[in-house]
Amino acid sequence: MGIISAGFKGRRGPDAVKLPPGQYLTKDFPVLSAGPTPRIDLTKWEFVITTESATQKRWSWDELTRLPTETPTVDIHCVTKWSKLGTSWRGVSVDTLLDGVETGAQFAVAHSYGGYTTNLPLADLRDGKAWVVYQFDGAPLSPAHGGPARLLVPHLYFWKSAKWVRGIQLKTADEPGFWESAGYHNYGDPWREQRYWGD
Amino acid sequence: MAGGPLTWRAATLVERWSETESGRGLAFDVPGWPGHLAGQHVDVRLTAEDGYSTERSYSISNAAGGERVELTVQRVPDGEVSPYLADGLTVGEQVELRGPVGGWFVWRPAVAAPVFLAAGGSGIAPLMAMIRARRQAGSTVPFRLLYSVRDPADVYYAKELEAEDVRFIYTRRTPDGWPTPPGRVSAADVTAGGWPVDRQPECFVCGPTGFVEAVADVLVTLGHDPRRIRTERFGPTGG
Repeated sequence: MGIISAGFKGRRGPDAVKLPPGQYLTKDFPVLSAGPTPRIDLTKWEFVITTESATQKRWSWDELTRLPTETPTVDIHCVTKWSKLGTSWRGVSVDTLLDGVETGAQFAVAHSYGGYTTNLPLADLRDGKAWVVYQFDGAPLSPAHGGPARLLVPHLYFWKSAKWVRGIQLKTADEPGFWESAGYHNYGDPWREQRYWGD
Repeated sequence: MAGGPLTWRAATLVERWSETESGRGLAFDVPGWPGHLAGQHVDVRLTAEDGYSTERSYSISNAAGGERVELTVQRVPDGEVSPYLADGLTVGEQVELRGPVGGWFVWRPAVAAPVFLAAGGSGIAPLMAMIRARRQAGSTVPFRLLYSVRDPADVYYAKELEAEDVRFIYTRRTPDGWPTPPGRVSAADVTAGGWPVDRQPECFVCGPTGFVEAVADVLVTLGHDPRRIRTERFGPTGG
């Protein structure tokens, strides 16, 4: 136990749920991003998977939204301490997008309209753990929350769920992304409280 | 920033003052504090007697100097943490703190570009650290601040800001004799309060989401390079 702050009671109720360490519950959906919200014309939008041998597989908006959808309901955990439970999304499993992609890569970098990047092991995008989502709570995903489409990787801190996603690059070597180069943990498991470098 | 772990440190409250009716400045003495860049934040951890603990992030509002770390805390009426920091924690008592955190929303005195700061409400805190760091460094980099508050009584650091190039926006109530009615930030405010595009300013925008989105959108529309527009959000949660 750390230092006790005299007189601090905190808020615990009978409905207290198990959250990752250091997180608190919010019912809002806070917006966090490092820069302006990009506005993306759906007629020009595309999503591209690029392998380590530079082979590309691409989808237009119409093509992506015609793929089989899934509707994950998941808890999300932001490194800035808030957690939101039971969020509902609609989108395409990354497994579906990777189907038929030949790769020996172990790492991936998601990149976004506006220049944002985030890295993660390719295994964390497979086996039903990640989606490219374009609806939240039954409505089109708003630009502030990453629309038209964002990555959803709910088992990692939410900065890994790149907003305005435009593609995934598969890599044979790990390559730190935007926040991972600016002091934040390379992997970002909320249950191990991997917020910052060295955690 | 070094790659070593950010350890939790004991932080002793040495001073607290009222910035506004609900805003408090808090100064902590943090032995071993490594220093910080203007714009960075810290994590604060509070632990109750039964071992329950919770954490929050707060921007640092002072320029680096020794082992002193200043935070500005807005008391959120139903907040779990901010009422305690604002009015409960007594001088001489301790919290745990770790940081500094964040390598993006920072201003470095070595960068020569003019700076445009846009603050919504308590989003002024990290921007004030930049103003103070500029003064501390003796920098002549030109700064302009656009500061949106609900009411004249909500202005943080009011006395200190008298010496700065500030354009105020009042969203609910203006001072007597103010030329325009209260209202949200407009494109005209950003144009008049900021720098022309050809000056290639570094822009730092901090506040509630609506404010940040509005200002950043105007900056992009005016032609500022999105890569030079850095944003930080202070949501309605976080109390």
